[in-house]
Amino acid sequence: MRIPIDTFRLPNGLFVVLSMDQTAPIVAVNLWYHVGSANERTGRTGFAHLFEHMLFQGSADVDSNEHFELIQRAGGTLNGSTWLDRTNYFETVPSNHLELVLWLESNRMGHLLPAMTQQKLDNQRDVVKNERRWSLDNQPYGSWWERLPALCYPLEHPFHHSLIGSNEDLDAASLEDIGDFFRTYYTPDNAVLSIAGDFDPARTRAWVERHFGPIPKGGGRPSATSDAMPPRFGGWRREVVPDNVALSRLFLAFLSPVFGSEAYYAASVCAAVLGLKKGSRLYRSLVRDRRLASDTKAFTYDLSKGSDLLVLDVTGLAGVSGEELEVAVAAEVDALRSKPVTGEEVGRAVALLESDYVTAIQSAGERADRLSMFATYFGDPSLINEQVERYRKVTAKAVNEFVRDRLGSDNRASLLYVPREAATRTAAA
Amino acid sequence: MTGATQAGGRVPRPDSLPPRPYRFPRFERRRLDNGGKLVIAPARKLPLATVCIVAEAGAVTEPAGREGIAQLVGDLLLEGSAGYSGAEIAERFERLGAVVEIETQWDVSVICVSALRQHLESAVQFLGEVVRAPSFPEREVERLKSERRAELMRQHTEPRGLADDMFSRVVYTAASRYSRPIGGTEKSVTSISGQDVQRFFDDRYRAGGLTIVIAGDVDVDDGDRMTRSAFGGWPAGAPVIATTNDTPARDGRGLHIVPKADAQQAELRIGHVGVPRNHPDYYSIVIMNAVLGGLFSSRINLNLRERHGYTYGAFSGFDWRRQCGPFSVSTAVQTEVTARAAKEVIAEIDRIREAEVSAAELSLATSYLDGVFPIRYETTESIADALVTLNTFGLPDNFHDVYRERIRAVTTHDVLRAAREYLTPDALQVLMVGDAGPLRAQLEELAFAPVTLHNPKDES
Repeated sequence: MRIPIDTFRLPNGLFVVLSMDQTAPIVAVNLWYHVGSANERTGRTGFAHLFEHMLFQGSADVDSNEHFELIQRAGGTLNGSTWLDRTNYFETVPSNHLELVLWLESNRMGHLLPAMTQQKLDNQRDVVKNERRWSLDNQPYGSWWERLPALCYPLEHPFHHSLIGSNEDLDAASLEDIGDFFRTYYTPDNAVLSIAGDFDPARTRAWVERHFGPIPKGGGRPSATSDAMPPRFGGWRREVVPDNVALSRLFLAFLSPVFGSEAYYAASVCAAVLGLKKGSRLYRSLVRDRRLASDTKAFTYDLSKGSDLLVLDVTGLAGVSGEELEVAVAAEVDALRSKPVTGEEVGRAVALLESDYVTAIQSAGERADRLSMFATYFGDPSLINEQVERYRKVTAKAVNEFVRDRLGSDNRASLLYVPREAATRTAAA
Repeated sequence: MTGATQAGGRVPRPDSLPPRPYRFPRFERRRLDNGGKLVIAPARKLPLATVCIVAEAGAVTEPAGREGIAQLVGDLLLEGSAGYSGAEIAERFERLGAVVEIETQWDVSVICVSALRQHLESAVQFLGEVVRAPSFPEREVERLKSERRAELMRQHTEPRGLADDMFSRVVYTAASRYSRPIGGTEKSVTSISGQDVQRFFDDRYRAGGLTIVIAGDVDVDDGDRMTRSAFGGWPAGAPVIATTNDTPARDGRGLHIVPKADAQQAELRIGHVGVPRNHPDYYSIVIMNAVLGGLFSSRINLNLRERHGYTYGAFSGFDWRRQCGPFSVSTAVQTEVTARAAKEVIAEIDRIREAEVSAAELSLATSYLDGVFPIRYETTESIADALVTLNTFGLPDNFHDVYRERIRAVTTHDVLRAAREYLTPDALQVLMVGDAGPLRAQLEELAFAPVTLHNPKDES
């Protein structure tokens, strides 16, 4: 099953991907800017994300919050998100409003700065600090978002520092920083525009040219800090966090092949064998048979540069200590060698990954986002149509090779949350 | 194409084109010989379909003292049957790439399987086989009970879930099923026996109360044949439709604090008992809520987030059930501004009851709900879910065909009337979960009701 893909590039460098599907009169617009928290300078952690908030505060011809209002008035949904290596902005609207969305996105790509004010920056700084409290500080285990990358990547590595940022660095962000970041990274040649759903190709191309064409090309991205990583940690890193939680929870991470590489697909299947749904090894063993855990998951960060991370995320049942949990999870990882992954296990994983893919691309927004992703990372959106095939080609042998290569005790990082009361009791005993 | 350009090469805001027509997928109804109902909506975009079994087995149907049994029984349906263990059942679905989801709601329980077209028939047959005669192994019953207890422990350290649970407890009378979480409490779940489980299943999972919903890449006759073969053997007979007491816990306003040491923020819930889903003013209420707090650009979010920077987001909503579900405003704010934020929310509730909303506010709400309609039904799961809802509330079959028209017909006068009739400032319960010291210090600002301090571990 392949989705249709058409691409072109404007003279200013903007790469455009079109994918038509006229089963419903709706269309998704998705922009990836190739900039994320990895591009922040020292002392400005959290800036890429704060900047994403500022993109909803208006532009030369759009008032503060008018972007949200115009899209919602059109019957559309919208948002933006910031990740380590990219920032995306997306809308899904009834297809008769496509040009409005292109106008809004081009207005902020081309003419953001006249609308930026100190008052808006101060307000969004407060909003972001509250987002930080809501999603990290006031959530049990919430700090894992910061602690895990900090544990896995060295201090100077672009993925090491906090994506949401420290309050101190957020306070330091200025309007001047907004101008610099915008001129450096929010340029057409550092962006991909994907449009998926119901549209007229010729008219859409003309609209894209009209609205985005006049925006000047950028001056090129500054040379990035080296993101090279060794294939393994070279040991077992451990961080134990006594916290205000009731149940122990372990994040066990491994350096893993970058997204899109041949070995990535074996790693991804291995993650599914270990932790995807109830037929996975961790669930069967730790939840069902041994009754040590209440929840098990496994996932990859899907980073295309430096090194990816494969992470096992296991929450204990009441009374199960952090140590017991870590020993039990590590034993399951070690068992991958004594009891290698079988063809049946790979078959289950690939069947689930395949139906997950088809389920996801029912949504125009999801289709557009994946097209932008493949275009941004690899310059080739048609890779979206290769994914199922690449998973199908993964053999048990390849998964077992990945296990030998990357899941040994010389490539582990444990982030272990334990109930603070229990930790205090143990220390006192 | 060229057009007028503004200074600096800018292009003026374009006008939109006329909309292309959209219809919610057509569906057909059939009856099984044992009394079960069948609803089939062919929707062909990708080779995928979703099949849902809806049983009259929601939380309100539970025997008193056994709260949580509906969810427990729902989850146990896949934990063992005559021929298969729970592990084998999971394995078999997953090797087909089929995803099974069980959702216990207040009124009904829903089990949905989604699969690629080529595996659909095998997945549905297998689902029929296992849910027809679940074996409820003692070991799995006890395991799922432990997992629920772990979930409750986790929730007591998690401010959002804790606030939601405690809010239900202060809004509804203790005799109401709605005052306790769907999954049950530590005490009620612990008391459930294997016999209770079997009895609940025998009482509630009867063909006369079953509805099968199919949406996706299936034609009507295929869906019909598949369903008869998978579910035609269920015993006939219909469970009684259950109800619960949905009256408020108290007359007048209440102010409630749930202490949580070291909280970095305060979770705030403000609301009262609302209205049932089948209500003649449904559309007016939906639009009124959208103006008040249903959207990003609604009054409450613009006030708390964009004007004051108190929060990352603030929203209001009516929770639709067969009986009176709650109306609530939810947000998380900086601890030191909690009372001020609560005052702003109450001021917005008062304001929408004082005067008609502006034409611009009304049209934002109506054009959003009108326009977003087709975007809601992009997936087979969402189409199936819409038909499950239609069935649960007994909505007319043309509901989705008239929805947009009815939404557009709501006037500013209707909104004012709905606000005056269905928002009751004198009945508001204000609940805060957070650091009790600083919260209490602010309460003078909100001196409208006596303060009750709650301990989440006290079961009522």
